[in-house]
Amino acid sequence: MVKKTFRQRLVRDFKMNKAIYLMLIPVLVYFIGYHYVPMLGLITAFQDYKIKLGYFKSPFVGLKHFQRFFGSMYFWRLLKNTFSISIQDILWSFPLTITLALLLNELKNKHFKKFIQTITYLPYFISMIVVCGLVMDFTKAGGLISTIVGLFTGTSESLLTNPKYFQAIFVGSGIWQHLGYGTIIYISALAAINPDLYEAARIDGAGRWKQMWHVTLPSLIPTIVVMLVLRIGSIMSVSYQKIILLYSPSVYETADVISAYVYRVGLQERSEYSFSTAVGLFQSVVNLVLIIAANKLSKKLTDSSLW
Amino acid sequence: MKESLGRKIFNVSNIVILLFVGFICVAPIWHVICASLSDPSKLLTFRGLLLKPLGKINFEGYRMALKNGSIVRGYLNTILFVTSATLIGMAGSLITAYALSRKDFMWKGLVTFILAFTMLFNGGLIPTYLLVRNLKLLDTVWAIIIPNCLSVYNIMILKTSFSSLPDGLIDAARIDGAGHFKTLTRIVVPCSKGILAVITLFYIVTHWNSWFHIAIYITDRKLYPLQLLLREIVILNSKSALELAGETGELSLARELVKYAVIVVSIVPMMVIYPFLQKFFVSGVMLGSIKE
Repeated sequence: MVKKTFRQRLVRDFKMNKAIYLMLIPVLVYFIGYHYVPMLGLITAFQDYKIKLGYFKSPFVGLKHFQRFFGSMYFWRLLKNTFSISIQDILWSFPLTITLALLLNELKNKHFKKFIQTITYLPYFISMIVVCGLVMDFTKAGGLISTIVGLFTGTSESLLTNPKYFQAIFVGSGIWQHLGYGTIIYISALAAINPDLYEAARIDGAGRWKQMWHVTLPSLIPTIVVMLVLRIGSIMSVSYQKIILLYSPSVYETADVISAYVYRVGLQERSEYSFSTAVGLFQSVVNLVLIIAANKLSKKLTDSSLW
Repeated sequence: MKESLGRKIFNVSNIVILLFVGFICVAPIWHVICASLSDPSKLLTFRGLLLKPLGKINFEGYRMALKNGSIVRGYLNTILFVTSATLIGMAGSLITAYALSRKDFMWKGLVTFILAFTMLFNGGLIPTYLLVRNLKLLDTVWAIIIPNCLSVYNIMILKTSFSSLPDGLIDAARIDGAGHFKTLTRIVVPCSKGILAVITLFYIVTHWNSWFHIAIYITDRKLYPLQLLLREIVILNSKSALELAGETGELSLARELVKYAVIVVSIVPMMVIYPFLQKFFVSGVMLGSIKE
């Protein structure tokens, strides 16, 4: 068959799929308008943007804002807190989620399993604001968690205003929110394991424990790796919504992260549009590089990757 | 096969551990429900976790919340925003997922790339804010509904699901002379009820709980959804609790009660919907993990 020219293919495709072209217009307008136009707006990071002057007349200042950010005392603090929170979260949430999935998988009673799953998913559906309200309630002086901590330290103080505890509270409440929901993906991976593998292991004399080490866990590795890649790709974007709701100046030292800083400097306390755009751009670029690198790595290590 | 003693011990401790995890997940929410029904004077001095309402059950908090004009309006606003954003989102997602699942559509790859790239990189907070501001959309309903109304993640799940429908089904409809629109509404949609329920749920949950973009785009209190009122009642109030210490005792008692009542009222719809859809959304999350 003679290969058609691009023009011919286009005309044919348009004739056949006219309705699709038409239907996709609003969708593309949305994505280009709401997602790609702001990418052009990143030019602000290299300008001294003034609302009055707009994108076209604001003076171009090159890397000034980046230099200011990298040279400021905030830079290292933000970077340290962002990574510290993310890494603690990964170190706790991955093993806990996988363990919970394995424990659920061991249950024989389907109804009990369903019951536990239903109630552990529940926190995922609670809004961030309510979660933070609960956190504040339990960690205020005299709150449940403060009282428990008080048993060890001697005083039941407000924990949220203590820089020592902020990250632990943040990570802990995050695990509460996502633990149950996070197991879904592992449970479906567990359900997909070929039962013959267990049968073979049993014939070879492997007990339950050995079966778990040699059959279950290896079958989960591709899923775990993909989840890790995703997580590493977003290592720089700590949930700023939660940070903004929970932190206060007394804990900035351990609680301030890049995205919260962008919000504070750009919209909340000051309107330094250009500077905060530059800080945000720095974060997005690092994120992009990280996710591409993590994806490459996982492709190399396990053959499983996001794209 | 008889179970060994070790296996039995494991089974029992497994059940105990899982019950404990379940308890931790539910306890804070149960605590709030109990608090909202408690005797406010006892509530104020109570320390710890509530397992049942303190004193005589009273609905005073709910009564006061329902009498409060701005809370009722916030609730109605939320329902309105969630409904419209979900409808728009579902329509857009259906169309896009259908287009991307058509094997003969020429621009499939390009459109997928345009969508997927936004998951990896975006303009960020300030440029997006400036866009909304320059379009003069601040303090309009559009600034609440349009952002996040289409989720690439949801579109990809739908697309995977649509692609798994038998080719013959769609081809037959096309040969019978059905246009794309008809094929989508008469064939694809009725065959994908389960997954559509999941995606609708995902959108509803996102919109019901979203607040941040509204907080930065909206200053007009008439447009406030429930979540922003909750922020004022639950977060900001407790942050400035010290300044409010001069308030009369009566009022701050009531305030505590209203706070818990509003929290309960705000989470009840989600708590009611999701268990019904649970069996569907497990498959939805799974589809989300499949790539091509």
